[in-house]
Amino acid sequence: MFEFRLPSLGADMDAGKLLEWTVKPGDAVRKGQVVAVVDTAKAAIDVEIWQDGTVFELLVEPGERIPVGTVLATLLEPGEQPGELRPRPPGRARISPAARKRAEALGVDAARLKGSGAGGAVTLADVEAAAAPRPAAEAGRDRQAAMRGVIAAAMSRAKREIPHYYLLETIPMARAQRWLAQANEGRPIERRLLMAVLQIKAVALALAEYPELNGHFRDGRFVPGAAAHVGVAIAMRGGGLVAPALHDVRAKSLDQLMGELADLVRRTRAGSLRSSEIADPTVTVTNLGDEGVEAVMGVIYPPQVALVGFGRVALRPWVEDGALLALPTVVASLAADHRVSDGHRGALFLAELRERLQHPEEL
Amino acid sequence: MGSTLDDARLRAQVIGILRRIAPELEEGALSDDRPLRRQVDLDSMDWLNFLVGISRELAVDIPEADYGRLVTLADLIGYLKQRRA
Repeated sequence: MFEFRLPSLGADMDAGKLLEWTVKPGDAVRKGQVVAVVDTAKAAIDVEIWQDGTVFELLVEPGERIPVGTVLATLLEPGEQPGELRPRPPGRARISPAARKRAEALGVDAARLKGSGAGGAVTLADVEAAAAPRPAAEAGRDRQAAMRGVIAAAMSRAKREIPHYYLLETIPMARAQRWLAQANEGRPIERRLLMAVLQIKAVALALAEYPELNGHFRDGRFVPGAAAHVGVAIAMRGGGLVAPALHDVRAKSLDQLMGELADLVRRTRAGSLRSSEIADPTVTVTNLGDEGVEAVMGVIYPPQVALVGFGRVALRPWVEDGALLALPTVVASLAADHRVSDGHRGALFLAELRERLQHPEEL
Repeated sequence: MGSTLDDARLRAQVIGILRRIAPELEEGALSDDRPLRRQVDLDSMDWLNFLVGISRELAVDIPEADYGRLVTLADLIGYLKQRRA
């Protein structure tokens, strides 16, 4: 028997509201399967289970707001028999006959509903509400304010607890731009790559040699990440920011990463992310893009220990062999945690990143 | 006269596609002569998705090499008219 608890979906979450279960007692689940949907201040998150098992008992009802760490359900290990254990009797759902009929017609499991009628009885309105499509987040403005609040809390913590140091490096981008233009020339528009994807892959490759910039600082010590799960800072329209993970970036081709990034941006804006995408990033990349600023020096997202920022790629003066040239360059920045690394290693990382971007064909 | 009508229809179509990416967009607040991406706050992924929408719905191929010419809404509409002609 094991407990399934509400995971912390990032440093800026302390509670969530269970919106729905996607499993019921008796269901076999696989590691990584979505078992519940939880609403946080930032988005509705599809919460995944982290090991195989069979759902034994659901302990929290949809609609309840619960703190991180609350036991949501108990599950049997693979092969485990329920034995003496019996799930708590579901308690005959008190439900009006009309509601029961409607529930059957709509395919709603009335036993799982929280009744708003007398003595907790499920009413017709409860059934209708349960069958209605998931509310498209709370009213925009409340959501905005809530998101601002959680971002502020996480960033205050980062600034208070993480001794940041910052480094900048100007990186020539002529080769990467030329390579990208050629790669995109023959492609239909749906399959074209963005420069951001080259940058993300280059960061992940460069991190392989500087593991102290990739991972988490928890309980007073650093735990390096086994892979580079790159959190990509995605601006929400109207304000706010989410940085979900592209998983195991080093192992993926640029084409695959581009597809995943497009999907991640789409789902972030639509408010449907998976819990692993929120909880897993081992480093964050923020790219302020070609409409953006010269350079960005970001705030590390705890418990991560580094953040890499890119300003806009633009034609700038560049000196090569004593000659002044106009070349596309970008300013890359590193914000890193002094408890784990220092400026010397950080500088070597940025040099490695610059080198990687000079060989776009190897990304 | 006919071409003015076509322009208006094309503009409405383009703004309709833009709205799918920026639902909060107010059409009245949109200037034809200011850089579109800055006005509507489109990042590079938004911009790509916008152009993908245009190329699909208007059946116009937009090579990446032409992106640089598409700064304002007026640029874009002029370009689309020319490509469709």
